[in-house]
Amino acid sequence: MNDFFSHELLQGYWWLLISVLGSLLVCLLFIQGGQSLLYTIARQERERALLVNLLGRKWELTFTTLVTFGGAFFASFPLFYATSFGGAYWLWMLILFCFVIQAVSYEFRTKPANVLGRRTFELFLFVNGVLGTFLLGAAVSMFFVGAPFTFDAMRFSRWHSAWHGLEVLGQLLPWMLGLSVLFLSRVLALLYFAGSVEDAQVVARARKRLGPEGGLFLLFFCAFLLLLCLRDGLAEDSVTGQVVQLPYRYLVTLVELPLLGVFLLLGVLLWLFGWVRALSGRSGGAFWLCFGGAFLAVLALLLAAGWNGNYYLPSVAEMQDSLSIRNSSASRYSLMAMSIVSLLIPFVASYIAWAWKSLSARKITPEELDNEPHAY
Amino acid sequence: MIDFVDPALIDWSRAQFALTAMYHWLFVPLTLGLSFLVAFMETMYFRTGDLAWKKTTQFWMILFGVNFAIGVATGIILEFQFGTNWSNYSWFVGDIFGAPLAIEGILAFFMESTFVAVMFFGWNKVSPRAHLTATWLVAIGASLSALWILVANAWMQYPVGMWFNPETARNEMTDFWAVLLSPVALNKFLHTVLSGFVLAGMFVAGISAWFLLKSRSVPFALRSLRIAAVFGVVSSVLLIISGDFSSRIIARYQPMKFAATEALHDGRAGAPLTLIGIPSQDSATRFTLEVPRLLSWMTFYDGDAFVPGINDLLHGNPAQGLLSAEDKMERGRAARAALRMFQKARREGDTVTLARIRERFADPVFHEQTFRYFGYGFLNDVRSLVPNVPVTFWSFRIMVGLGFLMLALFAASWWFHARGVLPSQRWLLRILLWSIPLPYLAGQAGWIVAEMGRQPWAIQDYLPTVAAASRIDASSVQVTFWLFAVLFTVLLVAEVSILVRQIRKGPEPSASGQPSSELSASDACSAEPSQSGNSKPDSHE
Repeated sequence: MNDFFSHELLQGYWWLLISVLGSLLVCLLFIQGGQSLLYTIARQERERALLVNLLGRKWELTFTTLVTFGGAFFASFPLFYATSFGGAYWLWMLILFCFVIQAVSYEFRTKPANVLGRRTFELFLFVNGVLGTFLLGAAVSMFFVGAPFTFDAMRFSRWHSAWHGLEVLGQLLPWMLGLSVLFLSRVLALLYFAGSVEDAQVVARARKRLGPEGGLFLLFFCAFLLLLCLRDGLAEDSVTGQVVQLPYRYLVTLVELPLLGVFLLLGVLLWLFGWVRALSGRSGGAFWLCFGGAFLAVLALLLAAGWNGNYYLPSVAEMQDSLSIRNSSASRYSLMAMSIVSLLIPFVASYIAWAWKSLSARKITPEELDNEPHAY
Repeated sequence: MIDFVDPALIDWSRAQFALTAMYHWLFVPLTLGLSFLVAFMETMYFRTGDLAWKKTTQFWMILFGVNFAIGVATGIILEFQFGTNWSNYSWFVGDIFGAPLAIEGILAFFMESTFVAVMFFGWNKVSPRAHLTATWLVAIGASLSALWILVANAWMQYPVGMWFNPETARNEMTDFWAVLLSPVALNKFLHTVLSGFVLAGMFVAGISAWFLLKSRSVPFALRSLRIAAVFGVVSSVLLIISGDFSSRIIARYQPMKFAATEALHDGRAGAPLTLIGIPSQDSATRFTLEVPRLLSWMTFYDGDAFVPGINDLLHGNPAQGLLSAEDKMERGRAARAALRMFQKARREGDTVTLARIRERFADPVFHEQTFRYFGYGFLNDVRSLVPNVPVTFWSFRIMVGLGFLMLALFAASWWFHARGVLPSQRWLLRILLWSIPLPYLAGQAGWIVAEMGRQPWAIQDYLPTVAAASRIDASSVQVTFWLFAVLFTVLLVAEVSILVRQIRKGPEPSASGQPSSELSASDACSAEPSQSGNSKPDSHE
């Protein structure tokens, strides 16, 4: 039994968990997307209060998923955590800054004597909504475009760019992925607004924005997919054990691991179905269709980055220092210990689902806010 | 293996971590303690159906919410800073240190964040029993979260349950339970969480005292103060007991930190406890007020026991079986040399040498006599092993002194409340009000002892801070330091301002903003049980 759980199996399992967390995070960024739309969808203060309170009941879930994503990466692939966070210093610091200012904004926004004023906290929410999502997408794109790092004998990393992570914005693919994540979050937010707010004008405006926002998402996402499929990738040579560059590596992976290809295709189709359904005026269930579609598609892409012997963080400074799930993971013992704890995830998911359902059973109304003891 | 490191980089990296940790610790202890107080209050409402308890719960819940948000904001920086600023550390011990953080996320953060939403927004959406359960789960989730991060911190002070793998050049976990249940971890968890309980008790007691001094919302204030006083007394007593254990543990596992805390330069049998004095980094403490033999007795339950001093630990004391720092540094260099040989053999494909060194690293004797001093191999100056003596000395005494003072204040409050004369003890109410900052000061002082006292180590004996930092420009860290310093300070000012305004509004503000409950203090003492009517919370309101 113990032999069954080989180090390799556990590495694959933890990459799966990381990918699930990452995919959930991307979908839950609809909170950020909603924040970026506060002034577009809401024209009056009362409408804005509705949207802020709607999002405010869920923002912590996104935030916690981000924190857990980081913690899980640290525990399961510590060499990635050390290399990426320590090297891409400015990129991660900007992302963290965006999330720090979000964390207080809901609670402080309408409280009397909040020093900075309501508008400042709304600006914080907007910055988090736009810059936070875009930069997260750009950071994740390093899985495909790589980063300029090397290791010394102690495997302590060194980053060979004075831009410390911001250099990734000098390439097209990170822009496409960053913008895809941004517009995906906005589309999901519009669908969430349309299905959760009891206000005809807000719902009408949300539906009206769905077309252009969804179109922009499709444009950027297709461009990203095209660039990705045409791109070379790094993988291990099974004979020499060396890192080698292979053409169309990610496209090949989607074919060699057909389940991932199916996930990607199914995800895109689900998303399209939900979007078209919502455009034709039937928004019921559209949010969950698009959420599920996005989840599947992102999951397929993240799994493709690390599975199939691929190097999920290619080093553009020294190819042989690139990171794969095999050479960057925690020990078998640590992965096993955490895997046992991970058996509780279904339990965690079930109480989150209960809380979500309990708090979202009815659409939010202005009257509800008047009687809410903890309104934002 | 470690090239030149800019000392400014280490200083600014430490400063940034200290800044975020200290700000974080302004908010977290209140979350830890207030969550339980709120849960107690809601339990009273659930059991009695007295709406006054509901109002009381909701008032403290508002303050909890404001504080919770900023605690979350500062917390995210702390977690990711292990990677951004201490990346060498993250790799060297990530196999052990990362696991508690991941478990914290899966088990504690989701519990806290899910149920905090139900707690805030579920009053009219879930049953009263479900709401009460959610409130308790928030409190339990907060403490669970503290457990895992403190297990990680304790492991840095007392690294156990691991071995060094020369193949990966890092430490790897071999015993999860040893990490989780180490005496340092258990005691650190208890001591830290209890300090949060004491802080929350003082926060509630101080604010309630203000209401009593103003003769505003008196029943509410008395109700809150009673809970705070009882909670505070129990927590303070347990805090002092755990603090006593903590000292003994430090003396055993971190003798240099202990010696610095006591400013004990030359060890001795029958060591006295220095209550107060003027400590120095390099020479004996002057103008001391001492209790003979008490330090030996407190540390080893033996008034004649030998307590090692800074000089014994630096220069060695063969009679007491203490190695000198030079000796440890020599062994550390030998451990590093063995690792270099291993890496050279691997590069050259020398399988014989590889097998031999691999065997050495797996040998417990080599680990005990050589590798456990691995971190000393990075150091050049023995004096760098001595933490800042005056700072740790004074921080410790501030923490302990304030701990006893707060116990006295809680006990006095409880005593006068039990006799029904608390509102007339205006001197005590004023002291309680002005004592609100004291547990914050004590908590910060405690962390200064814990973290500055273990310098120069990031991981005790295995990795000095000088080798643990990310290799980035000091100027980058300088910029982010000031960025966060300004941001956190502004947010702190905003938080305090909001809290003050919410407190002034009181639990039952009228439409004009004036409190509706203006009972006199004497009325309140007799009217306290309930003046707002009963309504058993058996249905959605």
